[in-house]
Amino acid sequence: MDTNVNVAENMNSKKPKSTFFEVLKDFFGKDLVRYIIRRVLMFIPTIFLVSILVFFVIQLPPGDYVSAHISALASEGEILTEDEAEAMRAEYGLDKPVIVQYGMWIRDIIWTPTDSQYYRIHHSHHNWKYSFAFGKNVWDVVEERLGITILVTSIIMIFQYAVSIPIAIYSSTHQYSVGDYVFSVIGFLGTAIPNFILAIVLMYLSYKWTGKANVGLFSQDMMVNGIHWYNFGEFLKRLIIPIIVIGTSGTCGIIRSIRAQMLDEIGRQYTLTARAKGVKERKIVMKYCFRAAINPTVSGLGGILSSLFSGSTVTALVLNMQIQGPQLLQALLTQDMYLAGAIVMIQATLVVVGILLSDIALAFLDPRIRYSGGSR
Amino acid sequence: MSKKTRSKEDYYLASQWTLMARKLKKHKLAKISLLVLAILYIGALFADVLAPYGLDTFDSLYKDTAPTKIRCVYEGEFVGPYVFKKVKTTDKKTYTVNVYEDTSEYYKIGLFEHGEEYKILGLIRSDIHLFGVKEGSNGGTGAKVFLFGADSLGRDIFSRVLLGSQISLTIPFASAIISFFLGITIGSVSGYFGGAVDMVIQRIIEVIGAVPQIPLWMALSAAIPAGISTIKIYLYITIILSFINWTGMARIVRGKFLSLKNEDYVMAARLAGVSTWKIIWKHLVPGFMSYLIVSLTLGIPGSIVGETSMSYLGLGIKSPATSWGVLLQEASSVTDVATNPHKLIPIIFVTVTVLAYNFLGDGLRDAADPYK
Repeated sequence: MDTNVNVAENMNSKKPKSTFFEVLKDFFGKDLVRYIIRRVLMFIPTIFLVSILVFFVIQLPPGDYVSAHISALASEGEILTEDEAEAMRAEYGLDKPVIVQYGMWIRDIIWTPTDSQYYRIHHSHHNWKYSFAFGKNVWDVVEERLGITILVTSIIMIFQYAVSIPIAIYSSTHQYSVGDYVFSVIGFLGTAIPNFILAIVLMYLSYKWTGKANVGLFSQDMMVNGIHWYNFGEFLKRLIIPIIVIGTSGTCGIIRSIRAQMLDEIGRQYTLTARAKGVKERKIVMKYCFRAAINPTVSGLGGILSSLFSGSTVTALVLNMQIQGPQLLQALLTQDMYLAGAIVMIQATLVVVGILLSDIALAFLDPRIRYSGGSR
Repeated sequence: MSKKTRSKEDYYLASQWTLMARKLKKHKLAKISLLVLAILYIGALFADVLAPYGLDTFDSLYKDTAPTKIRCVYEGEFVGPYVFKKVKTTDKKTYTVNVYEDTSEYYKIGLFEHGEEYKILGLIRSDIHLFGVKEGSNGGTGAKVFLFGADSLGRDIFSRVLLGSQISLTIPFASAIISFFLGITIGSVSGYFGGAVDMVIQRIIEVIGAVPQIPLWMALSAAIPAGISTIKIYLYITIILSFINWTGMARIVRGKFLSLKNEDYVMAARLAGVSTWKIIWKHLVPGFMSYLIVSLTLGIPGSIVGETSMSYLGLGIKSPATSWGVLLQEASSVTDVATNPHKLIPIIFVTVTVLAYNFLGDGLRDAADPYK
């Protein structure tokens, strides 16, 4: 009764839609919108904490770039004096306490003022500092591979969902069938065999069968002319092994989670009711069970993105793919801390954005989350 | 009392752990996995005895050789398992080196042969190996048996797999135990006290979870100083793995605490003046210990693959210390795999261990579920 009155009032108040302010108030009064705003606001402190963690971690290796550089120079016969080394440290700000270095780092990334030297040269307000090993700005180095990394990761993610959802539905509707077992075994092996070995073995097999070892992501043509529609097919062909290698481990996880959820839902009362009512089996599965079963997968988007970055890092090293993974290893080994920091920071930010998006998507899918605040 | 009522009484009086053990016994795959893991760990414990050669023993004559063929029949006569010796001759005219098997003499394989000296668990000195090559039929020496072949320096891969398992099998286990205690402690503090403490801990967990694992691992491993002792590297890697793994455990513990802390029995304990610490460890933790053990088991495979990948990339265990990841460095290109497929053998051990832990974890999960 009470709710009826509320609904009636709501309808009444909506009708005139008098002022802009009231429309705004109406909009922000909605649970969904309020939830989204709250989640977006929580994004900021999380990113801030991630940046602290990342900076702390890249600070850990003993020594700094200057000492690495000095020993490199020494091997070429040029020996720097202690004063020169100190001057070099001061030049890069490496002589200051860690907290000050962190402050300078994060301040310059967020906003480099217009009157700074960096802005005058690069016309950018975001200074990611200098990559010692590449002798370039960190952002210039990162930019080369950021696009391709995101492209590869997205293709693999689409593949994962496209493959795992049908398999999961099949496995749950045909529980304990031969197909179910086959997929389970493949999935288990996919998680159990380390990515890098799977990559090498697949490379070997493709070499044996096709006579070509497709190392790297790009053909000679692509290196020169870039990726266009005419050679996109070749690019995809080169992606097959990475997709299989990186995709299988995640696919197994998604399949198991959806399958378990589906089996739960299929056993529920409402499914029985729908079936008794004469609803078509296909509709029961797709419209009732699947919609309920997909929730954990949607909420796991951030985790899946994170595992894709992890998986692609090792695999890229073995397959010599031109994405961020090998760059990161190189940066870590040469103590190129700002480059390493930028790469880890960007990947972590993408994961946090993924978590944010999946939380919002979940709020659309499942109304309960909007009310409970969705705290996990 | 009839048999039926007694078994019923047994069932009702049985502790949670007895019930779990009973259910686990019915789970075939989990039982087999437990057996496999037991064999692997016992193998690691007695690796020095089981391995015919030491970690760094090499014979350049045998570099990259495929697994040694073990034959039983010599010139139409059954003599038991034996191997041939490899010999090297240089052609004086062309100065080319020929390596071939010398079939004029056979070397029997014997059990409990004397070999290199070692210490079991660093305590008992011995030089007896489970098997080894005896003297040749004509009194010659120097034949070798390589069950899994040899690596590029001529070291026995079988021995190195066994000795490497001492590191590869224990690091994930040790780090699981550490993250277990870290997770329980931090998770219980978060769940029990709630409020600001909870807020801060939850953010920290979220942040560590947000950074992709392998890049984080790589960054942390890069911090391991070069040239330190094996034991120190071992400790560092264990700490790195636990640092990343405790978050999952803490999250589970917190969830359980939130649902259990307002139960009547906890309130009763609090009113009776039991200390907070004791309430956590005596009254709350045992209530969901089984879940923790399940997630502990399911967390180990990830660490095994992680350690293997890191060592493979040269960021984890470094030679002279050996783990399965270090062994796999030998198989790092298509050429290696094409010419020396036996170098992939260590991968079988990684895969079997990971699968066994996964199946055992699944079995434990089913056993711990009171509704099944």
